[in-house]
Amino acid sequence: MGGLETVGFIILTTLALASAVVVVFHRSPVISALALAFNLVSIAGFYLLLNAQFLALLQVIVYAGAIMVLILFVIMLLSIANEPGLHRSGFLQTILAPLIALGCAVAMGLAVYRGADGPAYVVSSTDFGTVRDVGTELFSTFFYAFEAISLLLVVAMVGAVLLAKRRL
Amino acid sequence: MCVEIMLNAANLAFIAFARQFDAAEGQIYAFFIMTLAAAEAAVGLAIVIALFRLRESTDVDELNLMKW
Repeated sequence: MGGLETVGFIILTTLALASAVVVVFHRSPVISALALAFNLVSIAGFYLLLNAQFLALLQVIVYAGAIMVLILFVIMLLSIANEPGLHRSGFLQTILAPLIALGCAVAMGLAVYRGADGPAYVVSSTDFGTVRDVGTELFSTFFYAFEAISLLLVVAMVGAVLLAKRRL
Repeated sequence: MCVEIMLNAANLAFIAFARQFDAAEGQIYAFFIMTLAAAEAAVGLAIVIALFRLRESTDVDELNLMKW
């Protein structure tokens, strides 16, 4: 990893962690949503560092574009400004959630640690992660999964339209 | 929104390991998760709007419509 990449990684990590904390802990839903948009864009930066240009592009367009607009739209439509403060979550939630999160973190750390003495992290081809590479894989090995996910999108769209009808 | 963060964390792990093991599959899975997140956001927010219209509230604890 070159020097510039390290600097970029540190900056991106700081931004992503800070904005994620804001998303979770801020009281105003609108500010929380805007912090989420910031978080998504900084994760797109991570994708760029990890040779996933196509997915970085998708992240900005789909997540920071479409999904964030949807979330902000719903928040402003509902206008939950005079909502009473959220009450404390249950005992099981406050105990179990940090434990599970810690477990996931330990598992990730172990996976990274085990791989640390493996072969050097070099990408074999120059077009790793480009649209051509991902697209070829997508339409050959994962063709049926791709069709299934398109079916899922259609089902989700029909479901959303049905739920948004005036009389349920 | 926290669900989105969790999905993104999984995505980031997938892509990082795809880079480490020089495999394009991880990026494909991340792509599928991204599609899934879009579908989930659309349906979830539609449910929230429908329930808000019904109950004038977004408090999950008040929404015990399906309780038996």
